Amino acid sequence: MPHADRRDFLKLAGLAGVAFTAGLFPGRQAGAQASDFHFVQFSDTHWGYSGAANPDAEHTLEKAVATVNGLPKQPDLIVFTGDLTHTTDDAKVRRERMKRFREIVSALSVKDVRFMPGEHDASLDRGEAYKEFFGATHYTFDHKGVHFIALDNVSDPAAKLGDEQLAWLAADLKQRKPDDRIIVLTHRPLFDLQPQWDWTTADGAKAIELLMPYKNVVVFYGHIHQEHHHMTGHIAHHAANSLIFALPAPGSQPKRAPLAYDAAMPGKGLGTRDVAVADKVTLVELPVTKS
Amino acid sequence: MYRRTLVALLAGSALGAAARLAADQPVEIRISAKKFEFHPNKVTARRGQPLVLVLTSEDRIHGFKMPDFGLRTDIVPGQETRVPLMPDKPGSFTFFCDVFCGDGHEDMDGTLVVEA
Repeated sequence: MPHADRRDFLKLAGLAGVAFTAGLFPGRQAGAQASDFHFVQFSDTHWGYSGAANPDAEHTLEKAVATVNGLPKQPDLIVFTGDLTHTTDDAKVRRERMKRFREIVSALSVKDVRFMPGEHDASLDRGEAYKEFFGATHYTFDHKGVHFIALDNVSDPAAKLGDEQLAWLAADLKQRKPDDRIIVLTHRPLFDLQPQWDWTTADGAKAIELLMPYKNVVVFYGHIHQEHHHMTGHIAHHAANSLIFALPAPGSQPKRAPLAYDAAMPGKGLGTRDVAVADKVTLVELPVTKS
Repeated sequence: MYRRTLVALLAGSALGAAARLAADQPVEIRISAKKFEFHPNKVTARRGQPLVLVLTSEDRIHGFKMPDFGLRTDIVPGQETRVPLMPDKPGSFTFFCDVFCGDGHEDMDGTLVVEA
């Protein structure tokens, strides 16, 4: 497991989460100019899900919003890496879910919130409803010297970025310097995490190839409903917990069925993540509710 | 006696050739897809026996992906998609839909069992 020798676990006051310190920007020289900030990653909230894997599904998102609002140091921004809503064939219900989701997260104290689609939001209508509520499915923005790139690998139901988006990515990267700090946000893993469970992006290798010349790149994604860390060369990929149900570790069982709800430990395996960005990154997994 | 043996040998040789020919002929396996299942969802083959998967869809575009054999194709309603496959290793191999098709998509899978 990459990074194992760099793990640095510590307790955070009032939170059950642990911190994962990693060389986020391996090409970055210590002491180089860095405007430190942090952001929070929400992922796979699946608003509208109903099932045994989370009997508290109607309240989990609201609880997580309250927890993040209660952080002693508020993040600069918040990102949602897809599957905001649970899929439905009914286009009207899809929009109702997106509307209600947007209402709930509007309670976040931090107002700089960036959304991304997951396949549950966008694959059945190629992102049509998603765009009505949340805007573009792929975009860039800059924050305190860090270039963020949001990639859409779900609006194509075959889980492709597509040649057009890859050309857009290449054009954006041409404007970057080799040691610029770049954070990529996406829903599905860009690498082949577990092909037998379809935990891949069909043309994700092309995106990684485009990113490879840049020294300071890290990817944050969702989809697999669990914390996971992986390196492709010098590029780190960090998957986030879900806020609806946990999935098994890649390849640990025959099927990728949700893990059973544990009534004795509600919220087990769920949560959000705080990411502190400087020359290094510190990931702190946050529980749904403060302990 | 000699003649009988020769006839038997010739007959045996012909049968062997026929058997080899049969073994070389691809066996068709038909699999239909619909939300959110394949039918059948378990198919069995012999190692070394060439196959042709004949894939059809009853409702919408689905995907068919079997990473262990490097296979993937779309399954389009109204047409047969024929995929040659040489099962050259024994074991159980998962196939699944890789074109998101709704709530239940994640459960749309099946198994190819290759017997040694």
